[in-house]
Amino acid sequence: VSSAELSAPALRASRRRYGEDVIKGMLALCAFVSVATTVGIVVALLLPALDFFREISVVDFLTGKDWSPLFEPAHFGVLPLVAGTLVVTLWACLVALPLGLGAAIYLSEYARPRVRSVLKPALEVLAGIPTVVFGFFALTFVTPLLRDLGVEVEIFNALAAGLVMGVLLIPIVASLSEDAMVAVPRELRDGAYALGSTRLQVSTRVVVPAAISGVTASFVLAISRAVGETMIVLIACGQRPNLTFDARQGMETMTAFIGATGAGDVPTGSIEYKTIFAVGLTLFVLTLVMNLFAIRLVRRFRQAYE
Amino acid sequence: MTHRRGGTGKTPLVPPRALSLVLGLVAALMLAGCGRDSGNDTSGSAGDLSGRVSADGSSTVGPYVTAAAEKFRGVQSGVQVTVGISGTGGGFERFCRGETDLSDASRQIEDDERAACEQKGVDFVELQVANDGIANVVNTENDWATCLTVEQLSKIWMPGSKVSSWRDVDASFPDEKLTLAGPGTDSGTFDFFTAAINGEEGASRSDYNASENDNVTVQAVSGDKGGLGYFGLSYAEQNESKLKTLEVDDGDGCVAPNSDTVQSGAYKPLSRPLFVYVKMEALARPEVKAFLEFMLDNETEIAGSALFVPLTSEQLQKARDVLDQA
Repeated sequence: VSSAELSAPALRASRRRYGEDVIKGMLALCAFVSVATTVGIVVALLLPALDFFREISVVDFLTGKDWSPLFEPAHFGVLPLVAGTLVVTLWACLVALPLGLGAAIYLSEYARPRVRSVLKPALEVLAGIPTVVFGFFALTFVTPLLRDLGVEVEIFNALAAGLVMGVLLIPIVASLSEDAMVAVPRELRDGAYALGSTRLQVSTRVVVPAAISGVTASFVLAISRAVGETMIVLIACGQRPNLTFDARQGMETMTAFIGATGAGDVPTGSIEYKTIFAVGLTLFVLTLVMNLFAIRLVRRFRQAYE
Repeated sequence: MTHRRGGTGKTPLVPPRALSLVLGLVAALMLAGCGRDSGNDTSGSAGDLSGRVSADGSSTVGPYVTAAAEKFRGVQSGVQVTVGISGTGGGFERFCRGETDLSDASRQIEDDERAACEQKGVDFVELQVANDGIANVVNTENDWATCLTVEQLSKIWMPGSKVSSWRDVDASFPDEKLTLAGPGTDSGTFDFFTAAINGEEGASRSDYNASENDNVTVQAVSGDKGGLGYFGLSYAEQNESKLKTLEVDDGDGCVAPNSDTVQSGAYKPLSRPLFVYVKMEALARPEVKAFLEFMLDNETEIAGSALFVPLTSEQLQKARDVLDQA
């Protein structure tokens, strides 16, 4: 029995401290605001979206290959938008996941403290660049560059948008993965080194598997961010619904549709207006499913070292 | 990015048409402060008139009247001009019920609308306030197309069109990929173009790069060798160095769009006059009369800022005469 426990009763307040209660209440409120906001968003999204599905069948919406809700005659097949989102996300991941993971391994296992103290903040600065800047970078620099390299891209194309979005996501993957790797107990590395492992073996066979839940979490966050990113695709990927997997063409993503239509003149309450929410709900469900899937994945592969 | 026409576009998720009146009012109020210091060349900054002028109608003419209202506040800050964009037909419905002072129209009033006005005892005069023209633009590297017929344009733009190569447009054109860009469905330019080319307002293929921001269309067309797009003629003239403007053949030979051919109507079918209809009863009010006189006095400038082609001196004189005799 420690002395702290013996003296515990003396720490109890002799009278009620109202200031303490107020602070506690305020802190609880802070926590509650984010929960309430999430609930509010779901409700605000769900109601107009359900209204939409009263007029347009869910099957037509999810399987239709033609998206032209603002035109005559209107078609409400969301697949071209989903394709746009998936293609851009795919290319973003092809850039961000390997580069981000590589950067994390380097920072955690190889870099000397002084290098790390410069490199890590520099990497995080990348995350602070406004996405509108990334968008124009993709349109006015990356697209011409791709053409110079002989890739025949349209002026608005999914490839440039995806690649640049990948760069935007590198810091997310690198920073979170690195945190997870640094948290791997020192004894594990020492044990591996004692068995004669090289640094590469320690990194790839011990540290990364041990940090897999954190690494996966960083991947999921990056993918969710890619799916939800609006500005880059709005500027660099175009606004042409296009059911294709050819990233050299211009496409419209779900977020770009929401962004462009939301900023337009569609009258409130019209079916065109409700499409915004239907697409928003699709986006929400997509990321939710992905997150649930990732949580299961993490549980399955997690190795606990306690 | 002020190049869009035919939409209020300043707020996300714009409320229903009825509320657009309020929006116009808000816009006019916000701009009230800006215009004042420019008024010292005339009688003074405040003006002595007060009251309200209500306009509604075409989403194409809306920006013109809004531009006029913004400038007018510099000389008569006591007058509030509200501008709605219910569409030409919707504008006339309200106008003939006597709800508005001015009705903005991208075409002349139709017989049944005239009858509706007569029935309610609404007398009015018609003023032509500007000319509207749409230019078809292609990439400067496009050395094959200089003129397209209306049939060719319609083949490209009609709903469900699968034309994807310039060769599909004309056998003599190279097999260059055709990439399309143009205004979105909110735009008055879109309404006019689809009505003139495809025969029905709003009827258009949808798989093109649609943006309410004309600058995006400029980027798209100037960025792709096989690009084709359309927007207001004034904006094409402002981007002359980046794009090539096509002539259009409506059966009487190719006509290049420019101020002259748009003013005369020779550039068919993509030019048209724009009108403001004025209720006689409202014209008796000094603030309405002053606003319209101001609009005609500054017609060239207003047409320029709203990206339209100004009136010829004869057209302007005619409008002045109508106003004086009313």
